[in-house]
Formats: sequence, C-alpha cells, structure tokens
Amino acid sequence: MNLLEIKNLKMDFGKNADALRAVDGVSLTIGTGETVCLVGESGCGKTVTALSIARLVPTPPANYVGGEILLNGRDVLKMSNGELRSIRGGVVSYVFQEPGASLNPVFRIGNQIKESLKLHRPEKATNDEVIRLLKLVGIPAPESRIKNYPFEMSGGMQQRVMIAMALASEPKLLVADEPTTALDVTIQAQILDLLGELKQRLGMAILLITHNLGIVGDMADRVAVMYAGQIVELSPAKELLRRPLHPYTRALMASVPKLHGTAERLSAIPGNVPRIGNFPPGCRFAPRCPIAKPECSDKIPELVEVEAGRWVRCPFWKTP
Amino acid sequence: MNETDPIQNPTVEQPLSPWQLFWRRLKQRRFAMVGGVILIVLYLVALFAGFVAPYNYDRLDTNYSFHPPLWPKPAGFHLAIPRYEPGAGSFVYRVVPNDTKPLHFFIRGDEYKLFGLVPATIHLFGTGDEHYPVYLLGTDQFGRDVLSRLLYGSQISLSIGIIGILLSFTFGMIIGGISGYFSGWTDTVIMRLCELIMSIPALYLIISLRATFPPSMSSAQVYAMIIIILSFIGWASMARVIRGMALSLREQQFVLAARSLGQSHLRIIVRHILPNTFSYVIVAATLSVPYYILGEVVLSFLGVGIQEPNASWGNMLTAAQNTEYLRNFPWLLAPGAAIFITVLAFNFLGDGLRDAADTKSL
Amino acid sequence: MWSYVFKRLLHMIPLLLGVSLLTFLLMALSPGNYFTALSQNPQISPETIAQLKAQFHLDQPWYVQYVYWFKSVLHGDFGYSMAYKIPATSLIVQRLWNTFLLSFLALIIAWGIAVPLGIWAAVKKDSWVDRSCSLFAFVGLSVPDVLLSLLALWFAATTGWFPVGGAQSALHDFLSPGQQLWDRAHHLILPAIVLAASDLAGIMRRMRSCLLDTLRAEYVTAARARGLGEGWVVYKHALRNAINPLLTIFGYSLAALLSGAFIVENIMAWPGLGRLTMEAFFAKDSYLVVDCVVMATGLLVIGNFVADLLLAWSDPRIRLK
Repeated sequence: MNLLEIKNLKMDFGKNADALRAVDGVSLTIGTGETVCLVGESGCGKTVTALSIARLVPTPPANYVGGEILLNGRDVLKMSNGELRSIRGGVVSYVFQEPGASLNPVFRIGNQIKESLKLHRPEKATNDEVIRLLKLVGIPAPESRIKNYPFEMSGGMQQRVMIAMALASEPKLLVADEPTTALDVTIQAQILDLLGELKQRLGMAILLITHNLGIVGDMADRVAVMYAGQIVELSPAKELLRRPLHPYTRALMASVPKLHGTAERLSAIPGNVPRIGNFPPGCRFAPRCPIAKPECSDKIPELVEVEAGRWVRCPFWKTP
Repeated sequence: MNETDPIQNPTVEQPLSPWQLFWRRLKQRRFAMVGGVILIVLYLVALFAGFVAPYNYDRLDTNYSFHPPLWPKPAGFHLAIPRYEPGAGSFVYRVVPNDTKPLHFFIRGDEYKLFGLVPATIHLFGTGDEHYPVYLLGTDQFGRDVLSRLLYGSQISLSIGIIGILLSFTFGMIIGGISGYFSGWTDTVIMRLCELIMSIPALYLIISLRATFPPSMSSAQVYAMIIIILSFIGWASMARVIRGMALSLREQQFVLAARSLGQSHLRIIVRHILPNTFSYVIVAATLSVPYYILGEVVLSFLGVGIQEPNASWGNMLTAAQNTEYLRNFPWLLAPGAAIFITVLAFNFLGDGLRDAADTKSL
Repeated sequence: MWSYVFKRLLHMIPLLLGVSLLTFLLMALSPGNYFTALSQNPQISPETIAQLKAQFHLDQPWYVQYVYWFKSVLHGDFGYSMAYKIPATSLIVQRLWNTFLLSFLALIIAWGIAVPLGIWAAVKKDSWVDRSCSLFAFVGLSVPDVLLSLLALWFAATTGWFPVGGAQSALHDFLSPGQQLWDRAHHLILPAIVLAASDLAGIMRRMRSCLLDTLRAEYVTAARARGLGEGWVVYKHALRNAINPLLTIFGYSLAALLSGAFIVENIMAWPGLGRLTMEAFFAKDSYLVVDCVVMATGLLVIGNFVADLLLAWSDPRIRLK
C-alpha cells in the first residue's frame, strides 16, 4: 500500500454557477521514502493540491467535489476533526515558502518546537530534544538559539527552524511548498542538501513543490508536471529530464537558460497561463502549444501510460 | 507556429481601468450605494431648504408653542390639514373636528431667498392659510416649525462638514506631502507641531480656539470661525498620514525616474506623490465629515457656535437638554435623528469606498 | 526596554510644555478677560480692578504671564481661580479625578465588552452573530455622543432608575460610607455607559478585523498543519498577535474617550474637567482654562504612554530592538 494516493481529486472554489475548478482530476501516488516533485507555474493548482493532503484548504470557499486522498489507506476528505489533527504532523508535515511567515513572531522558536513535541511525542517534549532537532537541521549553537524570536534569525535559519518543527512530530511524508524560492541561491543549495540528507537518514517521503526545474534533477525520484489544474506528465525524474514527452514540459525545459553552447535568444512560452474559470475547451495547453492540431481543442486528452512508468496527457507526444 | 506569433486566445477580456474597476466594486456594495443616495438627497434638500421648508426658520407662532407633530389626514383623494386649538393645560392641543384645509403642493407662502440669493415665495407644500399650519415635526418653545428649522439648519451643519474637510484635507495633504518628501528639519518641525495639536483632546482644543474669538459675532463670522477652528484640528492627522505615505512613495522608482528627467520637487509632489494617496484620502475624507459636522453641533449645542435665531442642528438640541422638555416634547430630538442619519450615511458610504478601493479583498 | 521608556518619558515633557504654551497663547489672544465683565460693574472702582489685574499679572504681556504661571505650576500651585475664588489646584484635582474615574470606567466597559464580542464575531465569521455585531457596530458608530447623552438623560428622567446628572446626591454627606460609595457609583454608571457606548463599536470592529487578518497569516496555517486544535490556534497563536495592532488604537481610543467625556460631562452634569473648562470659558477665567487643557492633555499623553508600554511588553519585536 502506498503512503499517499491521490485519486482523481476535484476541487472547486465557490459553489454552483460561480464555481471555479482549481484542481481537475489530479491523481498522484507517493510510496514510502520516495521523493516526488510537483512542478508547475504559479496558479496551476499545485499548492492547493498539496494543502489538500491534510485538508488545510478552508472549506468555504473551497469545496471538494470528487475524488479521494488516501493517506495510509484512509480517505483524508472523510476524516473527522480528531483524526485530521492526528495525521497533521503525525503522518504529514509541511514546510512553507516564506520561512519567516510560518513562524509565529511573538513566541520563541524553542517554545514553538516544543509545542509540536508536546502534541505528538509528549514524552520527548524537552529542551534536549529541541536542541537535537536544531542540530539535525544544521543550526549552529542551538542551545542559545532556543530562546530566539523568529525575527532575530536570518531567512535561511528560519527555514531550518521550520524544517525542524516539521520533523519534530516524525512525519512519514514531508510536503515542502517551494521551500527555497524565497531564499538566496547559496542558501537554497544548503536547504536542498539538508532535505536530501534528512531523506536518507530518516527514510521520509517528500513531496517537493517547485516551479524551478533545476531542483528536480537533484532531488526527485519522480516528477509530476501540472498545468491549469491537471497533471500533464508523470515520470521518473531522470527520464523526464533526459527526454521530456509533453509539449509543455519540453517548452519549460527549453526556457531554462543554458550556460554552455552558443548564446541564443531566450525561448519563452508564448501567451499566458489561463486563469481559473477561463480554461479553453479541450487541451488546456493547446492555445500555446507549438504542435497543436485542430482536434486538440475538441476534448481534454486523457493521461495515458505511454512507456513504463511514464504518463503523458497528449496524443501527439511522439511529435519531435 | 512561430513562438513570436500573437496568440489566438479564445476568450479575450478587455481589462478595465482602475476607476472602472473601483466603480464596479462600489456598485456591488448595496449599503454604500444606499448611503450615497441618502447623502445626495440630504444635500439636495439642504440646497433647496427654503423651497422644501414650509416656513422660515425664525417664524414665530406662539399660539402653537411646543405643538406635537402635525400630520395631514387623507380626505378623499387629497391630504388635508386639521386645525388644532389649545386644550386643557399648558402646551396641550386637541383637534377641532371637521375643520380641515386641503394640503397643496407648490404653493405660495412666506418669502425666502433661494440659495440665499434669489427671492422666491413658492414652497413645496402648505395650506396657504395661517390658521391651518403644517408642523410635520412639531414646534419648539417659540412656536417655530421644527422641520423648517431642521432644513435650514441642515444647510449650515452639512455645508460646514464638506467645506471643513476640503480645507483641512487640502492643507493637510500639501503639508504632509512636503514634510514626507523633503524629510530632515522641515519634517521634524512639522511633525512635532502635528503631534502637539493631536495631543490635546479635540474638544478642549476646540474650546481654547473658540476663546480666541469674541463671544458674539455675526452669523457669517461665526460660520467662518467654526470652519477655521475645525480645520485647525483636522489638518494635523491628515498631514501625519500623508507624510508617512510620502516618505515611502519617495523611495519608489518612479520618483527616481521623474527626478532623472529633471522634474522639479513641486511637480513631483503634486503629480506623482499626492495622486498615489488619493484612494486613502477619499476614504478618510468621507469617514471624517461626520466629525466635522459633530464639531459644529457640539459648539452650537454648548452655546458658543451658531447663535439664535439662526438654526443649526446643534443649537436646536440645546432645548432638549432640559429634561422636562425632553420628557414632554420628545420631537425636540429630531435634529439628533437627522444627525444620526447623516453620520450613518457617511459611514456606509465611507466603508463601501474603503472596501472597493481595497483590491485584495473580494 | 528601559531606554525606550526613558526616551518616551523625556519626550512627554517638551510636549506638555508646548501644549501649555500654545493654550496660553490662545487664551492670551482672547479678547477681554475676567475683569472685562467686572469693569462693567459700577460698584467696583477702576483702581480695585487695576489692583486685581496686577495681582493676577494680567497687566503684563502674555509671555511674562506665562512665566509666572509656569513657575507656580512647578510648585504644584495652579494659581487662583478668579471665578470660583478658591485656589485652582484643589478645584482641578477634584475635577481631574472625576474625569479620570469616568474615563477609566468607560474604558473598562468598552474594551471589556468589545474585545470578546469582536473575537466572537471573527471566529463565527459570516454567521448571524457576526452580522448582527457588524450592524450593531455600524449603528453604534453613527450615534453621536450628544444624542446618546440626551437619550440617556431622557431615559433616566422617565424611568427614574438613575439620577439625572451630578456625581452625588444632595444628601450625600449624611450617608454612611457604604451608602456613599453606592451613591457615587449610582451616579457614575449611566455617564460611563454612555461614554463607553460610542467607543465600543469601533473597538469591536477593529478587534474583529485584526483577528481575521491574523487568522489569514501563514503561521496560523502552519500551526494547523502541525495538528494543533482550532481553539488552541485561535486563542493562543492568532489572538496573541491580533492584540498588538489593537493596542496601537488604544491611544486613539483614549483620546476619543477624553473628548467624549467633555460632551458627556457637560450634558449629564458630571463634575469633571470638561465641565470645568466650559465653566471657566464662560467666566473668562483664562488661567483655569489653560490649567484644564494642560491637565486633559496630560491625561491623554500619560494614557498613550501606558499604551506604548503595553505594546512594547506585548510585542517582542518592539521590546528587543
């Protein structure tokens, strides 16, 4: 049994006539210890999908209209509040994008970490354990850092504290929503290294959300590419990077500037990501797709396994 | 298809300008629109107070002192006004049966000056007969029609609000803009002054300022004095906020760009900095007018503002301070209700404006 | 933190000085003074008036008067009230205490009701509780102090449950201490409620919006994500942060309260500083007016200072910088 199985998740914002579909039939599995990257541009629904795993999206204004999210076999969408609270932190933990913003500014970080411990591992709710966790995430001189307030730390430190807090409850799955986007490039590398190291040591599964393809190669076992609320490609990471199949993925890869070779004009994907509620009929990428055919706008293509473990939502994926 | 070809996007929206967006959001807020309509009606009625009011504000009718509100009764297809006569006890009246006069609209009555300039005699409604007075809101101790005085008073109270705001906010914006933009000594001095003014609780400062003027002045002078006093209090808080905004706007790139194009400081302040404060200023102005109206009301109520026989909502309430009067003649509180409605309308409108300008909310 | 306190204290002194100077100047510009009325009285000789004027330094230029006034204030002596013919100090202290009592009680009532209501409205957003609170707040904000005071007077006069004005009844001195306390409280309640009512609505709205803003913050989602219960998240994490912006309006609330007290005192005959100011104003007792204004400003400034202290204590970001 997989640790996480999202099956055909459908989620709207708003109700009835005003409903805007943010997540449209997303299916994703994550096995124990596996690292999956969820890649896509802003507004494609990746954050909302990830938050749904612990039902963290407030309903209203959101409502789930289809599908299930099985965490260790139990459907999150049907859980009671008590069950939800126990899986939050206990099974799945989150690390968010803005490190400073996720820490409560008026409480000391030591106390905030201890709070999590008291909830999930009360026998270990001690300063020693907090120090151990801080050491684990690579914070120097943790004994003195316990008393710090978040604003007394740099961005990179704050993110490490956030990770420490997420780990305090010993989750099986760590969901990291663009954990490095708000950080300097050098700090980014450090945090990613840290995540990789923790993955090895603790055998944790990671769902890493990012819009940066550069991260994917280092971190991921498998990659899911999202566009306009749907998964358009799902593939082992190395395969994807070597030979992307979906035109969108290919365009994304092509738009990453290269440092070698001759200097060429930067390629960008023409047009704009369609906004929720303004999706084109048929394949949502068709208006911007270089290989689009008229029949692409007829109906939405299915996500099909075209090679072993490789799924694509495009009938013309073979076109070079 | 070439990457640089324009895209055939199936659904193309014409983007709305910020003003159109703002207006559309405002229209969605029903309370704000209601408030706006109420205010328009109030100000229109105030403008045409002489016409709408059946009598002049100083018309005495001591036969009918403290008369309760007198309403027309339906008579066939018309409305008619019954006649009242004094009954047993002081200030008690009873209806004379079967003695009515029809109520007419657009009827000739006492002379008045429309807008204070044009002499006219046509009133909105009346009976045309002195013995059948129409006192829709009753009379005060001198037999003066409360409704008429309310309408004439609205001219003063409502206009002071608007003029006061215009003066103090204009002044405050300019001072605040200069202070924030130039920083340094100018800023420190101006801000200290603002702080000084804002440290004194408003009414204490108002009374102190009132003391510098002679106790008795002509009504025009009193009017101007009230505006001056209220503006003096108001500009400081506006200047503080605008200064803060100017301080941060100054660092923005478009200001740097303007400087690099050689634009003068004054031009930058007026053309670039201040317009960016408009959305705040409009909301703040709408929400502040009530305070100016109330300032006049309090001054007149305490006897140091608009004097008799001129009517203002404030000095009309002075009579209500007498608890005997208040118990027996509660219609004397009508100005209070008028103030309440006005303030409520301004608050509705201001709240709606603030929501409409805040693009981050729904 | 102590340097912060010290700096603020240091700041208050020139402020009060400036206020006293400004008010003094305004009064000096006032046409006529206490003796103008007296000089109309044929029974008082011009020499007497000149003598009295000299005694009160009213024959000197205003800046000299100011120095005399300032010097005596430093000695705790607020001069002599020309209208009341008693030393101003005792008069002012008594009235100041009354205003303070009134304002303080109103503050407690207003914040004591508004904060829980605001929290309730925020937590139950868009429910009938929230909507009725919003409506009530709106209406409450729009009712002018003047009207509310008059209505309260009318209410007191009609029902007879509360006295109509004054701080104590005529027989006060003949009552036992316990009865005296009750007597004073009985007179204080209605004015305090009226005063609190006008501020209440604003505070409630502010509390609600502060809490709603905080609930949208990412650390609240993060706290939920850690499995903390909703109550814990709201009352420990969110509220603790929502209080801070609320404390910043404490100062404004106090200013509004003191201004409002002016109106309530004058209408409901509560013998406080506001009422004294008007009495002094009509009597053209300029020194007394200045004293009152400076006292009221002092109350406000000290209140602001306390608010700043509270804020600094509550928000570690301010405390530690």
